[in-house]
Amino acid sequence: MPVAKEILDEVALSQQEYELIVEKLGREPSQVELGLFGALWSEHCGYKHSKALLKHLPSGSQRVLVKPGEENAGVVDIGDGLVVVMKIESHNHPSAIEPYQGAATGVGGIVRDIFTMGARPIALLNSLRFGPLSDSRNRYLFAGVVGGIAGYGNCLGIPDIGGEIFFADCYSTNPLVNTLCLGIAEAKNLVRARAHGEGNLLMLVGADTGRDGLHGASGLASRTFEEERELRSTVQVGNPFLEKLLIEACLELAETDWIAGMQDLGAAGLTSSAIESAARGGGGIEIDVLKVPRREKDMTPYEVMLSESQERMLVVVKKGCEDKVKALFDRWELRSDIIGQVTGDSLARIKEGEKVVAEVPVNLLTSPPVYRQRVKKPHWLEQLQAFDVTSVPDLPPKKANSTLLRLLASPNIASKHCVYRQYDHQVGNNTIVLPGSDAGVLRIKGTKKAISLTVDGNARYCYVNPYLGGVIAVAEAARNLVCSGAQPLAITNCLNFGNPEKADVYYQLKECIAGMGRACRELRIPVISGNVSLYNETKGEAIYPTPVVGMVGLIEDVTRHCTSGFKNEGDLVFLLGDSKVVDSSIGSSEYLELVHGMIKGNPYVDLELEKRLHRCCLEAMRRRIINSAHDCSEGGLGVALAESCLANGLGFVSHDWSTEGRLDSALFGEAQSRIILSVAPKSAWKMDRLAVRWQIAATRLGTVGGKRLVLKGCIDLSIDKMQEAWWDGLERLL
Amino acid sequence: MRFGIVIFPGTWSDRDCHYALNSTLRQEAGYIWHKETDLSKYDCVILPGGFSYGDYLRPGAIARFSPVMASIERFTSQDKLVIGICNGFQVLCEAGLLPGALLRSTHLEYRCQWVQLRVENNSSPFTSQCEEKQVLKIPISHYEGRYYADDATLAELEADKRILFRYSTPTGDITDAANPNGSLQNIAGIINRKGNVLGMMPHPERACEPILGSSDGNLIWESIIASS
Repeated sequence: MPVAKEILDEVALSQQEYELIVEKLGREPSQVELGLFGALWSEHCGYKHSKALLKHLPSGSQRVLVKPGEENAGVVDIGDGLVVVMKIESHNHPSAIEPYQGAATGVGGIVRDIFTMGARPIALLNSLRFGPLSDSRNRYLFAGVVGGIAGYGNCLGIPDIGGEIFFADCYSTNPLVNTLCLGIAEAKNLVRARAHGEGNLLMLVGADTGRDGLHGASGLASRTFEEERELRSTVQVGNPFLEKLLIEACLELAETDWIAGMQDLGAAGLTSSAIESAARGGGGIEIDVLKVPRREKDMTPYEVMLSESQERMLVVVKKGCEDKVKALFDRWELRSDIIGQVTGDSLARIKEGEKVVAEVPVNLLTSPPVYRQRVKKPHWLEQLQAFDVTSVPDLPPKKANSTLLRLLASPNIASKHCVYRQYDHQVGNNTIVLPGSDAGVLRIKGTKKAISLTVDGNARYCYVNPYLGGVIAVAEAARNLVCSGAQPLAITNCLNFGNPEKADVYYQLKECIAGMGRACRELRIPVISGNVSLYNETKGEAIYPTPVVGMVGLIEDVTRHCTSGFKNEGDLVFLLGDSKVVDSSIGSSEYLELVHGMIKGNPYVDLELEKRLHRCCLEAMRRRIINSAHDCSEGGLGVALAESCLANGLGFVSHDWSTEGRLDSALFGEAQSRIILSVAPKSAWKMDRLAVRWQIAATRLGTVGGKRLVLKGCIDLSIDKMQEAWWDGLERLL
Repeated sequence: MRFGIVIFPGTWSDRDCHYALNSTLRQEAGYIWHKETDLSKYDCVILPGGFSYGDYLRPGAIARFSPVMASIERFTSQDKLVIGICNGFQVLCEAGLLPGALLRSTHLEYRCQWVQLRVENNSSPFTSQCEEKQVLKIPISHYEGRYYADDATLAELEADKRILFRYSTPTGDITDAANPNGSLQNIAGIINRKGNVLGMMPHPERACEPILGSSDGNLIWESIIASS
C-alpha cells in the first residue's frame, strides 16, 4: 500500500496509521476520507497521546451533570435550577503566528463551545505566557494577544474578569494563550451536541466557508512547526460582530423545541462538528458540500470539509421546523442553509451533488488509536531537584527593602492593570470582585449566590517536579477560590506541553496529570472539561510543562465573599497554615530566579494540611470572622503582605519579628498552604479557637494601620514607594 | 414611566439597562428591535451601549440608518426623553441629534474603569435629582469616547449649560489626569438644544447597586422618572 509521504504529512498521519485505516476500511481511502481521518485522528480532536492519561483525572461529583468529552463543555449544578457550563481552551499555535487574530479567534471558539449548549456566556478569563518583554518580538506578541482578546471579547458583551500572566524564556517563540469561558443556563434549557433522529436536518449558520484555517487541527495544533510564515494563512480572521449575532440567535433558539442538537464549528470545521455530533447521537450523517455557502471559488469537497472559517454553527433541526428556524436566523440577519441530514446508517457520507466523495463509518473516524509512550524520568530532572540551599548566600537584612521592591516590580508579580483595563470586566452587571484579586467573583442574579473563578498554574514548579507541580496547580487554584469565600466545585484544565512523542515530555505529561489527579481526589474537586495542547516547542526546545487549572467555586451567600486587601485600621493579621519556615522553601521560587538566576529545588505541599486550611478559612468566613484573605504564592509572605496593603492603601506593622532560619526563605520562600487573614481584634479569639479545632497554626503577625509596611528589623517601606514599583512594573516594560 | 430600550444588531448593554430599570428601580421597561418604528408605548427611549454593527466603518455610522432612528427623531420632537449611552451616544452624534463627534481616545486603547463625573447642570430632566456639582462614580467602557466639537459648538454648549457631566477627580476638580480619554473640556455628557436628548459615554446602568461598586447611576434614572 504505497502512499506518498507528502500526502500523509499534509494530513499529519503516520504510515502505520494509514495502514490501520486501510485495514479497517477494507480499501484505500479517498482523498476526502483521508482528510477526515487526518483531522479526527489528530491530537487536537482525537487525544491519541493523552487519552490514556486523562482517564486518571476524577470527573464525577453529585453536582456534575456533564463530564469531559460528553459535550462541548462540562456542566455543574449550582442549585436554584441553574447550571454553569465551563471550558478552557488553548489557541497557542495560532497566536504564535498571528497574535491578534490567534487570540481573538481563541475567544470566539471557546465562547461558541458555551452558547452552543444553550448557556449564556457570562465570564471570560485568560491564562497567558510569554517570553521576556526585553525582546521586541515578545512585546509584539504580548500586545497582539492582549489586543485580540480585548477586541473580540469586548464586542461580545462578555466580561473578562481576569486571569494570570507569566513570563519565562521558554515561551519566547511559543506563547500560551488559554481562554476560559463560563456560561449560565437553566438546567432545563441545556442543548446537546447530538445529531440524532433520522431525517432531521443539518443546518449550517453564520459565516460563509472559505479556505481559511485549512489543517488547523492536524497541522497547527498537533505538530511542531518551524517556519511560521508559511503557516500564517492557516490562522483565521475573526468577526466578533457575527459571533454576537450567533450568540443571541442561538440562545433564542435554545428556548424553543425546534432543534434536536447544536454544535459549533471549531477545529477541523464541518468535519469534526458533524461527525462528532453523529457519534454522540449514535446515527449517521449525510452532507452535500455543494450546499455549503462559500466565500471562495472552486473549493474542493476536501477544502469545504476541513475549512476552519470562524463564526459558524451546525444546528440539527427537527424535520418540519426548518422554516421557523430559518425565520429566526433571518431576523438576526444570519445566513442559514440546509446542507444535509441525519441518517440511520451510522455512516458519514459526504457528497458533491450526486457524487459520493466519502463514506466512512462514524465510529471508525472517532476512534483513533490510543498511544502509550514509554516513560522514563529525564536525567536532568535530578539536577534540578537536588538543590542545596546553602549554595546561595542568605539575604542580608539591609537588602530586604530593595529586594521586596524588585519583586513587586517584576513582571510576574507586578500589577496587571494595564492589561485588565483593556477588557470590559463589568458588562452584565454581575462583577463584584474586579480583576487583580485572588479570584474574580460574579453574583448570580435572582439568587443570594455568587460564583468565584480563577485560572492558575505555576509552570516553574512543574518544570522542576511535574508531579508536585500538578498537585500544587490544583491546590493553589482551590486556595484562591477559598480566599474569595467560595467552596471549589469543579475544574476545567488546559494541559500545555511539548512533543509527547519525546520520552521526556511524555514523562512530564504523565506525572503532571497524576499529580493533578491526586490533588483533585484529595480535595474532592472533579475535572469536568479540558483541552490538551501538545507540540509546544520551537526548534526542538519544549516549553515548561504548563498545566493551567481553571476552577469555579460557589459562594452560597454573596454578602460573605471576601477580598485580599486589608480593610480596617487596627485589624489583627494572621498567617493561617504552614508556619514552619523551611529554608528550602526558596526552591523554584520567583525570588531564587530573580535574585540568583536559578531555577532549582523541589516545591512541597501537604494536601492534608491544605484541606484543613480550606475548611478552617471557609468556616471563618461563614461566621464573618475574617475581613480579608490573601493566598501566599509567588513572592511568598513579603509580597503577599505588600499586596494586601496596596489593595486599599492601608499599612501593616508586625509584632516583634524574628526568624529562626534564613531570612530569604522567611520573606520570599513559597511554602504552600498559607493564607494571610485580617480579623477585627474582638474576633481574634474566635479565629484562634477555629484554628485549634482544625489543627491549623494561626500565627499573629501584626496589625493593620498606617501608611507603611513594617516588618521589624528588615522591611520598612511606604505604601507609595511599593505602589510605584508594583503598579507600573509591567507597563514600564511595554 | 415606560422605558423603551433599543436593540441594534451588536448592542450589549440592553440587558443591563433593563436590569437597572426593571429589577432595581421597578420601572416598566421593554425592548425595541431596531426595525420597529412605533414608539408610542414609551415615555423615554434608551440607546444602550455595545458595538452596533460591530462598530464597523465608525461607531454608530451604520446604526443611524436603522428604521427606528427616524422614529426617534419624531419622538424627540414630541418633547419625550431620549438617552444614548456609550455606543448610543455615538449613534446620536452620527444621526445629528447631538452635536460633535466621539473620536478614538488619546491613549489608543479600549478602557474599562471607574471614573468620577461632576454634575455641571442639575436643572435638566436627566439630573434634577443630583446636587449641584455632585460627583458621581460611574464606569466607562469604550475606545472611541473622546468628545470633540468645534470651538463655536463648544462655546454654545457652555453658554446654554448643555454640558451635563465632566470627568473630574473624586473631589470634583476638572483636571487632565481625571480625563480618561482626552475629551475636550473633560466633556462626558451633553444634551441637545431642547434639552430632551442626552448622550453620555459612562454607563449609569452599571452603577445601579452598591454591590457593583456604586449606585450613583440611579440618580440619572430617578431624575428621568421624576420629570414625568
